[in-house]
Amino acid sequence: MSMSTREFWGLIHGIVLGGTFLLSFAGGLIWLYSLRPEWLTAQGLRSVTRWLRSGTWVMAIVAWLTVLAGTYIVYPWYRAKPPAGADLRLYPRSFLLAHPEIAEWHKFGMEWKEHVAWFSPILATVVAYIVWRYGEQLAEDNRLRNAAITLFILAFVSAAVAGVLGALITKNAPVI
Amino acid sequence: MTSQTETRSGSRASAGRLPNGLAASAILSGAIGVFVIGLLTTLSEASSAVGSALNWYNPSGSLTGKTGVGIILWLVSWVILRGRWGDKEINLGSVLVWSFVLLGLGFLLTFPPFFELFK
Repeated sequence: MSMSTREFWGLIHGIVLGGTFLLSFAGGLIWLYSLRPEWLTAQGLRSVTRWLRSGTWVMAIVAWLTVLAGTYIVYPWYRAKPPAGADLRLYPRSFLLAHPEIAEWHKFGMEWKEHVAWFSPILATVVAYIVWRYGEQLAEDNRLRNAAITLFILAFVSAAVAGVLGALITKNAPVI
Repeated sequence: MTSQTETRSGSRASAGRLPNGLAASAILSGAIGVFVIGLLTTLSEASSAVGSALNWYNPSGSLTGKTGVGIILWLVSWVILRGRWGDKEINLGSVLVWSFVLLGLGFLLTFPPFFELFK
């Protein structure tokens, strides 16, 4: 059992970082949604807000690390141009494009994933900033809390699209 | 600077809460960043010159420039909007409408079946 450097970084990007963001979303959403004075005691409100403040910043940082590792470490291996006569399995983009039956995984899948993924850290940072600055005030301000929840969901959706497409692309043409 | 701080403190003390301008500036600037990334994605499909200009780091191609410009404009717009709205109560509903329009356009402009129409 061994792992190449490329597989290691693919694991860090897709599973460790991306997976952490996606899995922690449910907890963050529940905390944000439950931030209502009629649902929580004063002490509960303070406690949830404290967890939300640290949790949303951790999620934003993880989202940034995910896209930076993806764009600057893993993606160059994916899109590298193969020399003449090279084994295309080592060049995932060229491998996909050389096989019409799976070429859409690049033309649609990677083309969407590489761009939409970047929305996630931007929106997660906006949510973290709002939670950090407004804290318990969000419990009183329904409109602002709902806006933060919507942005949080959009951050998740963009990360989920990127994550699912990344997994399916890797199934067809892994970075090895 | 001092007067601004005093104004902000006074605003918080009198209302007992932060003005919504801080949140509005963060939301609208984030939407601007998303929209810019989407716009540059479509523009670089439509024009190879734009794509080349956005190729800041060759191993990753034009993705680096699209996202780099998007992040720069996001942060610059955030600083500007925060300076204008940071200590004010503003019409959050209007900001949210514009922000979600920009977010929707950002998603649309990065969707391959859409941006390939401009190839």
